[in-house]
Amino acid sequence: MSAKPRIKIPKSASKGEIITVKTLIKHVMHSGFRRDAKTGEKIPRMIIHSFDASFNGKPIINIKLEGSVSSDPFLEFTMKAEESGELLCIWKDDEGSVFEKTAKLKVK
Amino acid sequence: MNLSRRQALGSGGAFMIISLLPIKGAIALSDEVQEIIDEFTAGSVPSEGGIILDVDEIAENGAAVPIGVEAEGASSIMVVAPNNPNKKVIQFNFLELSGKSRAATRIRLAETQDLIVVAKMKDGSFRQIAKNVKVTIGGCA
Repeated sequence: MSAKPRIKIPKSASKGEIITVKTLIKHVMHSGFRRDAKTGEKIPRMIIHSFDASFNGKPIINIKLEGSVSSDPFLEFTMKAEESGELLCIWKDDEGSVFEKTAKLKVK
Repeated sequence: MNLSRRQALGSGGAFMIISLLPIKGAIALSDEVQEIIDEFTAGSVPSEGGIILDVDEIAENGAAVPIGVEAEGASSIMVVAPNNPNKKVIQFNFLELSGKSRAATRIRLAETQDLIVVAKMKDGSFRQIAKNVKVTIGGCA
């Protein structure tokens, strides 16, 4: 039902370069307004509500998601490449699940 | 001045129409939307412009509308969809290693509406823009 987090970044970058980070995760993102087709009952909200990205422990971006973000949320942002290391992305959903994914970047 | 009855009615009607037109640039916001914006801006009134909102004018599938936002010098950017049941859509907070104050995602749009983007700038001021997006098939928001 959820997960399979993915990150796409270049393998390497030059020092000071601004690179684009693309992320994708499988998630139903139930907005809390949808109704079950059979029972007509409201499906409770169940979304990824927060996303954090950091590189070697330094924060890049924090994103607060609401029910109007599409299912399987796609998030794209930029980061300053200053040193080689590891990018860490963390997704958190309403059921308390935490999904993590890392990607390595070499800075020349 | 010697106005005939017909002329007088005509000019009165024209005046009425003009006075009903909204002030250019201002969008009529519902209380709920205004509250969302006020919460973000802590009550200050954002000035127009200074933000790029990259979205197609016509969204064929409202379930996944690609959007991109960018505001140079912004520390946070918030997207609001006033005609969605979930009006606040997403908020990007740009931190230490953030390259540009730019981000992209895919959002749900229940119907045709003016998408609103508000940015908090590093100097503490706020910016706002709106862009109409026509939705062919509404996304179950």
